[in-house]
Amino acid sequence: MTSAHPGLPEFDYVKPAGLKEASQFLAQHAPEARPFSGGTDTFVRMRDGFFNPKYLVDVKGLDGTHVLKFDEKEGLTIGAAIPMNRVVTFADASHYPLLVEAAKSVASYQLRSRATIIGNICNASPAGDTIGACLAYQGILNIHGVDGYKSLPLNGFFTGPGKNLLKPGDIVLSITLPVPPKGHIGRYIKLGRNRLSDLSIVGISAMGVKDSSTKSGYKFHLAIASVAPVPFIPAKAEEILANNALNAETVNLAAQAAMDAVTPIDDVRGSAQYRKFMVRNLVHRAVTEIMQKLSA
Amino acid sequence: MGFHQISVKVNGNDEVVTVSSNMTLLRMLRESLALTGTKNGCAAGECGACTVMLNGEPVNSCMVLAVEVDGQEITTIEGLAKDGQLDIVQKTIIEKGGVQCGFCTPGMLISARALLNRNPHPTEEQVVEALVGNLCRCTGYSRIIESVQAAAERS
Repeated sequence: MTSAHPGLPEFDYVKPAGLKEASQFLAQHAPEARPFSGGTDTFVRMRDGFFNPKYLVDVKGLDGTHVLKFDEKEGLTIGAAIPMNRVVTFADASHYPLLVEAAKSVASYQLRSRATIIGNICNASPAGDTIGACLAYQGILNIHGVDGYKSLPLNGFFTGPGKNLLKPGDIVLSITLPVPPKGHIGRYIKLGRNRLSDLSIVGISAMGVKDSSTKSGYKFHLAIASVAPVPFIPAKAEEILANNALNAETVNLAAQAAMDAVTPIDDVRGSAQYRKFMVRNLVHRAVTEIMQKLSA
Repeated sequence: MGFHQISVKVNGNDEVVTVSSNMTLLRMLRESLALTGTKNGCAAGECGACTVMLNGEPVNSCMVLAVEVDGQEITTIEGLAKDGQLDIVQKTIIEKGGVQCGFCTPGMLISARALLNRNPHPTEEQVVEALVGNLCRCTGYSRIIESVQAAAERS
């Protein structure tokens, strides 16, 4: 009989002294070694039997993982060891309201004491709540691998459910979100089975700003969670919002384009068809709210 | 599998414990230190029955490895009362009838105390948000929320 409370399977906990040692250990023991930070996803997946690593490598002591700083030129950098609650309460995170709203929507307060934004990204779940905000803010991942430091844009990082461009030995140390455009408005609308704390059935990250380079005079970044194998950017919807006079008809067209582009699955949280309709309705709602605030 | 000797302060007491790599903080508290007030509910970070404070912040102790708390400070439900006096939120949850079966109560009280520490006068919405990770199948929550609000009013 399966235990109702399975313990964690056996593994060795490894806390490397430095980055070089950590990357080498992870590369030499791939795929049996797995980096972790908060563990809030890793431990659940180990208990469920999805992961069975021989080594869990704790990255929280490594150089560069404890950074949480805002620079008026470089933007906001969030280290891999920084739990979401610290991001939410960091005064300069207020420059990134979409990220703060998304981070506050993750699970519960005590889970966010451990869960990290870098962990959310590295797990590459299509449902990751904070990923859409990091995409909308054009995040850059700062990585240490066996060949030293490198950077990767977040856009294009995800290759499938739970899959990304990281190579054995790569450790994401932090993410840098460039300074966002002045006057932008962000909105994260999360549809869960309950009002607070659930995983998303659909999650809409939307950011809008006045922009004289577009025909509409506005630029929107959209990213949608839980509707495709990877966090999804509805490019056609963004184009519609940039290239047409921004009115109710344009928003309808953009919302419909987003609905047509997503490829959700049926699962325990909702059917594919329901998700598609919710994408249309919630993209419409998010863009309308942002439009109203931008024109106020 | 590796074993590690860790030093940890639990409810103000210095403890030295030998833990296996895969031992959670929850198991260490219950099985190595006999602090069984902290409950094992879902073991997946969802129900909050195992909530304890790690350096003053509430965490799901089922989602923390014991080896990770080397050198840290833990407060469990057994450490909430001071000098033989119940914490104010322990008193108000009794007065308001916010306890029925009691299984969620230790985690609920730790989350409530952590909330009041960071926000001594929370709104009802802030209480709800702070307790959303603590599931109760008996009370319907209203009396628990009232207990936290009453504790805030009296402190």
